[in-house]
Amino acid sequence: MTLAAASSDMPFVTLLVFIPIVGAVLIGLLVPSRRGDLAHVLGVGVSLLNLAIVIWLLVAFDADSAKFQFVERSSWIPELGIGYLMGVDGVSLFLLALTGFLFPLMLLGSYHIRRRLKHFTVLVLFLEGVQMGVFGATDLFLFFIFWELTLVPVYFLIGYWGGPDRIRAAVKFFIFTALGSAFLLAAIVATGFLADGPVSFNINEIIKTDFPLWTQRILFWGFTIGFLFKVPVVPFHSWLPDAHTEAPTAGSADLAGVLLKIGVFGLIRFSIPLFPRAAVEAVPILIALGVVGIVYAALVAMRQDDAKRLIAYTSISHMGFVVMGLFALTTTGVQGSIFQMLAHGLTTAGLFFLVGFFYDRRHSHEIAAFGGGVRTVMPVYAGVFLFMAFASAGLPGLTNFVGEALTLFGTFVGHRWFAIVAATGVILAGIYMLWLYQRLFNGELTVEENRGLKDLNARELAVIVPIAVLVLALGIYPKWVLERIEPSVDRIVTEVERKTEGTDQEYVQPEQTSPGGIEVETAPAPSEAEHDEAEDEALSGTGGEVSP
Amino acid sequence: MSVLAQAIPAPQTDYTTIIPELIVLGTGLLIVLMLAIRRFSNIGWYALIAALGFAAAGIVAYVDLWPEVTDGAATYAFSGMVAADGFSTFVVILSCVAGVLAVLLANSYLKREGLDKAEYFALLLFSAAGVQFMAMANNLVMVFLALEILSVCLYVLSAWNRDKFASQEAGMKYLLLGAYTSAIMLFGISFLYGGTGTLNIAALAQFFARNVLENQGLVFLGMALVVVGLAFKIAAVPFHMWAPDVYQGAPAPVVGYMAAAAKIAAFAALFRILFLGLSAMEVDWKPLLWGLAILSMIVGSLLALVQSDVKRMMAYSSISHAGFIAIGVAAASAEGMSGALFYLVTYTFMIAGAFAVIDCIGRKDEQYTKYEDYRGLFAREPLLAAILTFFLFALAGIPGTSGFVAKFVVFEGAAEGGQWALIGIGTVAAVIALFFYLRLIVLMYMQDSTERPDLAETRARVAAGPAVVLAVTVAATVLLGILPQGLLDMAGQAVFAL
Repeated sequence: MTLAAASSDMPFVTLLVFIPIVGAVLIGLLVPSRRGDLAHVLGVGVSLLNLAIVIWLLVAFDADSAKFQFVERSSWIPELGIGYLMGVDGVSLFLLALTGFLFPLMLLGSYHIRRRLKHFTVLVLFLEGVQMGVFGATDLFLFFIFWELTLVPVYFLIGYWGGPDRIRAAVKFFIFTALGSAFLLAAIVATGFLADGPVSFNINEIIKTDFPLWTQRILFWGFTIGFLFKVPVVPFHSWLPDAHTEAPTAGSADLAGVLLKIGVFGLIRFSIPLFPRAAVEAVPILIALGVVGIVYAALVAMRQDDAKRLIAYTSISHMGFVVMGLFALTTTGVQGSIFQMLAHGLTTAGLFFLVGFFYDRRHSHEIAAFGGGVRTVMPVYAGVFLFMAFASAGLPGLTNFVGEALTLFGTFVGHRWFAIVAATGVILAGIYMLWLYQRLFNGELTVEENRGLKDLNARELAVIVPIAVLVLALGIYPKWVLERIEPSVDRIVTEVERKTEGTDQEYVQPEQTSPGGIEVETAPAPSEAEHDEAEDEALSGTGGEVSP
Repeated sequence: MSVLAQAIPAPQTDYTTIIPELIVLGTGLLIVLMLAIRRFSNIGWYALIAALGFAAAGIVAYVDLWPEVTDGAATYAFSGMVAADGFSTFVVILSCVAGVLAVLLANSYLKREGLDKAEYFALLLFSAAGVQFMAMANNLVMVFLALEILSVCLYVLSAWNRDKFASQEAGMKYLLLGAYTSAIMLFGISFLYGGTGTLNIAALAQFFARNVLENQGLVFLGMALVVVGLAFKIAAVPFHMWAPDVYQGAPAPVVGYMAAAAKIAAFAALFRILFLGLSAMEVDWKPLLWGLAILSMIVGSLLALVQSDVKRMMAYSSISHAGFIAIGVAAASAEGMSGALFYLVTYTFMIAGAFAVIDCIGRKDEQYTKYEDYRGLFAREPLLAAILTFFLFALAGIPGTSGFVAKFVVFEGAAEGGQWALIGIGTVAAVIALFFYLRLIVLMYMQDSTERPDLAETRARVAAGPAVVLAVTVAATVLLGILPQGLLDMAGQAVFAL
């Protein structure tokens, strides 16, 4: 496979990375600390500039190409085989877009912060820059730098601006993710060395190497454990509820909206294409982890007393769909998993913003602080909340439905029972979300302090309405996004198939291509007949583009 | 009669190879002589002379010697006592940089504490000469002499704040334990001589190339004892016991210099003795370095977790860094070695910067070095807190700083040598290390210091010298973290031209 990519004149990724970082540095140096308001306005301006570039990128992106576009190549540390390599493909395009879309909203939604607003703005902008870098890097070393750098601003955002238990949450977050990074770093060094040819961390070079099976296994798990910590998949998830609950609104929105995605992005970009045989072997384990996460986190979410914590658990549940769909290793599944990331990023960030709006008024996100009946004093707020809750629960016509449906279809093909169990997650989502809404908004107003609450103001609407519009738009017409994701995903899936073909892996089936263009593979089929049957069913249901 | 008539062959002297060392030593002697004639009341003048001496030596080494040594093979001078090659020149330049930083740090400290005696700078210069001769030493006795020059200066510098009990204790402890291990090392050298009949490091290699020893016991014992002596200077576990007390008691500017200088010197000698002299015994010394590296990384990181004094924590952190550098040596490859050199450079900057901050925050008598004194520092001294945070992140190896690149290159060196276990343990140790750096950061940012009015009243003063040190070290740490290529090239050349 050649990834010789189309060249382009616009260094899009570099702009996306360095506009916020340079902006952060300039604001940090030039704006005096007491002028937090000025820093904030400038910060919003910088992030809007970045959003404009993201939109330009979306327009300029060639939807039919599976290759990396807008590639940038410069020599950086030749001594160590490290280059400054950036590029965008269908996998990263919308993650960049999501980052560019959410950050201005995060800054807008944080205008009320009184404590060192300038430092807050600087950190958020810096975070935006490094997250763009994570999605844009096509060199392992460069990727790791950005990956690890995301830790620092988030650590301070939680630890300095967070809730009462912020220190524990910040340290826990830092240590958990750093532990994952340690595995990742060791695996990256090893990969660079063991790949054919001179030492190089360029993934387009490394991908040509067919590592021996045992090497693949070790490296795959080195990478994957690092990423699973970040996703997080269930046994590695315990940092997330604390971090989400204690983080300030912008922090939670970022954690849910973008930060969790870099783990899955790593799986798609590195773990699977670089070590395909080990990945195929690990499919049952990872799908199982995904499904366990879906159900377990949904059940835990139901029993939460804190709205923010509840949403944090729904996050884990939704990310379970992402991991499950990804390791179905079918075009539909992977496509669905990327789409689900977008959907989850939008709805969960939206929900965190909404809880944050209440927190700004009452300084609590306990469900008891709402106490029911809030709808009577804040009707608009309740309406938007219901919309987001429905989106999160996967109501057809809204984004999450598309993502969940695609991941389920993609998985059902080869792993029928897993998909069936996972589907209960959709039902559970309906339960916990509607119950949450009911406990917060319905009934009589019981908490006296809530009587005088004002409804959403213009600024808050400016934050939440764009999210709601996108949730609806992508739910109704996902094709525009899906057709841009598809070529790159297709390429990854076919490559994995090609590379695992003819090996003596017990889980590998001969390549099968359906009329609908969905390629099916790798099923731990208990019996051949059942497998085929399952496949036929699924294909007849989901051939071609899926739009509800 | 005839014996007396016979001309004694004069040793071949080639002063051009040791010009930087002569400059450094000469500047030191100049200061001592000036003191004998007349004392200036402002020691700033002596500081200036010392800084100029270091700078001149460094520039001469870089401009004059570096192109020469990286072009051709090593030159041996003084009957093979010293070797001038890329490696030694690299270390000479580095020690000059460390020296300049140390002078800048010390000037304001000495004035503030009323310890302004210019002999401090003479001792700094002599100790740097010790570092430089250690890197050049091609003879085991020369290694020993250079080590003693360095050590004796450091003992005195550690006890410089002579009215302070902790400083006296630091100097005394360092002296007693140091003298003891020097003796062990000398013992080892004698065994090596007994086993091979030579003290010349290059000749040792030839000896092993020509002879196969039936019984390696004597040589092995000698090698092990020499390694022990040097491991003590590096503060590698289990020879680290002195470090916490000395780091805590000695003046902060001394520690900021000593932590780097002693490591540079001892690692330089280790490189030369093990790689050049005893490369035939690689299978024997590799496990020793493995053990030192692993123990240092793990024990250093774990013990740093439970400290409550910043200087003491930095001591354990420095022990753990010694372990990381030792990975590069244990890799026994050119990549590992140049990685270790790179690490030493970055460490020199990071530790000087960190101790500059610790010195400023400590104020008079260094009374504020407890963790408690750092509580809520960000609210009181935002800039100092931010800079210290930056250095802590750099020491922890967060990307974007030179500390990360340094860890990466030693790991690459280990990977080149196929030492995957070392990489694995190193990454675990790096995660543990994060804990104790984070603990301090948490204290500085996330907790208030309302119950400490004494801290809120006086502001820390940052004098000109430390301010320059901070600017230089921050810049170097960022620059080497983002654009390390130039220095990596130099380190690679240095090892190549060994």
